[in-house]
Amino acid sequence: MSWEPKIAGFLCNWCSYTGADLAGTSRLHYPPNIRVIRMMCTGRMDPVFVFKAFQAGADGVIVSGCHPGDCHYQEGNFKMLRRAHLIKRVLADLGIHPDRFRLTWVSASEGDRWARFSADFTQTIRTLGPLKLTSDSILEGTYNAA
Amino acid sequence: MKPKLALYWAASCGGCEIAVVDVEEHILTIADFFDIVLWPVAMDFKYKDVEAMPDGEITLCLFNGSIRNSENEHMAKLLRAKSKVLVAFGSCAQEGCIPGLANLFTKQQIWDYVYKQSPSTVNESGIFPQPINKMPEGTIEIPTMWDTVKPLNQVVDVDYYVPGCPPQSDQILNVVVAVIDILKNGQPLPPKGTILGAGDKTCCDECGRERKEKKIKKFVRPHEIIPNPKECLMDQGIVCCGPATRSGCGAKCTAVNVPCRGCYGPPPDCLDPGAKMISALSSVIDASEPEEIDSILATLTDPVGTFYRFNLAASILGRGQMEVRKQS
Ligand code: SF4
Ligand code: SF4
Ligand code: SF4
Ligand code: FES
Repeated sequence: MSWEPKIAGFLCNWCSYTGADLAGTSRLHYPPNIRVIRMMCTGRMDPVFVFKAFQAGADGVIVSGCHPGDCHYQEGNFKMLRRAHLIKRVLADLGIHPDRFRLTWVSASEGDRWARFSADFTQTIRTLGPLKLTSDSILEGTYNAA
Repeated sequence: MKPKLALYWAASCGGCEIAVVDVEEHILTIADFFDIVLWPVAMDFKYKDVEAMPDGEITLCLFNGSIRNSENEHMAKLLRAKSKVLVAFGSCAQEGCIPGLANLFTKQQIWDYVYKQSPSTVNESGIFPQPINKMPEGTIEIPTMWDTVKPLNQVVDVDYYVPGCPPQSDQILNVVVAVIDILKNGQPLPPKGTILGAGDKTCCDECGRERKEKKIKKFVRPHEIIPNPKECLMDQGIVCCGPATRSGCGAKCTAVNVPCRGCYGPPPDCLDPGAKMISALSSVIDASEPEEIDSILATLTDPVGTFYRFNLAASILGRGQMEVRKQS
C-alpha cells in the first residue's frame, strides 16, 4: 500500500473543533489524514504533545485555535503562538522540517477554512514525505562498524 | 563478610569520581563498611578480577559515564551481571549528559572534525584510530567507538538513579548512608527506578530568588549583564533551566548568579525537559505579534543545546532526523 500522511490535529473546543464539525455537517470534502484531538483551549497545548505525536508516528502536527482576540480564556492562543515559534525552532535544529508543525486559527463558523487548511497541510506533509526519526536501526551500518 | 562495592567510569569526564572523593573523611566509613572490589580511578583492580566473580557477587555498583564504545558496553553488561544493585550514577549514566550532545552528529562527522578539520589538527596522512593495530611487538586492541551515545538504561537494566553533573557530595553521602543503613538493618530497598539523592520538586523551589511577572523583550547571555542577585534570572532575560530541573542540589548555581543549566535532570512528571523549557520561555516573552516574537527569539542562542544540555540522549525526539540535519 502506498504511504499516506498521518497527521495529529489538536483543536480547541470553542472555535476550531466546532469549525471542523461544521465542515463535516456541511459535507465539505477534505482529506481524511488528520486525526483530531479536542482540547479546551490551545493554551493547554503542552509542547510535549507535539513531540509525543511525532515519536508515536505522526508525520505532521497541526494545532488550531480561536482567532487572536477570540480565545475564550483570553490569552491561551497567544501563549500557543509563542510556543509554536519555539517548537519550530527546536524541530528545525533537530533536522525535523519546521513545516511539519503548523498553528492556525479557525473560528466556529469557518468550516470551509478548516477544510482548506486540512487539504493544504496534508499536501505539505505529502510533499515532505514520511518522518523518519533516527534510531539505531537506521544507523545500523555505522553503529557497530569501526 | 563485608558487602562488596564497585565504582566504575564509562564515557565519563572523571567529575563523578571526584565528587565521590569529595565526601572527605566519610570515605573511610565507606571503605570500612564495604569491601571495594573495583574503582579504576583510585585502586588497581583488573577487569579479569571482576570477570572471575560469580554473578550477583557485588552488592552495590555505582556506575558513572555514558555508553559510547565497545569497552563501555562490555563493562556495563559485566557489572550488571555481577551486581545485585546497579545505580546509574550522575547525569552521563542517567541521561547521557554532555557527551549525549554528540548524538546531534554522526561518528563520521565527529571523526572528520577531530582528526582532520579542527584548526589545531595536522594529520596529512589521514590517520584515524583503528581498533586493531598490528605492531612488531604484537597486536594492540583499543575500544571501538559507537555511533550513538547512550545512557546506561538503554544498554542494561538499571535499579536506581543518582542525578547530577556531578551529584553533589552531600547527596552522595546521604545515598551511601541510607544504603548502609538498609543493608545493616535488613530493610527493604526502595522501589526499582527510584531517583536517589535528589528532591521531588524543581530547582526553582530551592532557589531563593524573587519571581515577578516576567516580561522579556530580549534574552541575554550570562556574561552580558551583571545580574541582580535577588531577582529571578529568567526575569532578567537569562535563560535558566530551573523550571525544567529536579531539585536536590540546593540551587547551587543560581546562588552565585549563574543560571541553572539543568544537570539534575527533569523533575517528576516531566517527560521532556526541552518541552518544559519551551513552555517556560513562552510564558516570559512579552509579545503577541509573530514578528516581535521572532525578533525576541532571535536573541536566544542554541535552544537545543541549552534545553537538552544534559538529556538529549534520553529525550523524546532524540537525534531527530539525522539525514536532514546532516545536509544543513
Ligand atoms: S555526569 Fe558530569 S561530572 Fe559525571 S562524568 Fe558525566 S560529565 Fe562528568
Ligand atoms: S528560573 Fe532560575 S533564577 Fe528563576 S527562580 Fe527558577 S531557578 Fe531561580
Ligand atoms: S543549579 Fe542546576 S545546573 Fe546548577 S548544580 Fe543545581 S541542578 Fe545542576
Ligand atoms: S479557547 Fe480557542 S484557543 Fe483558547
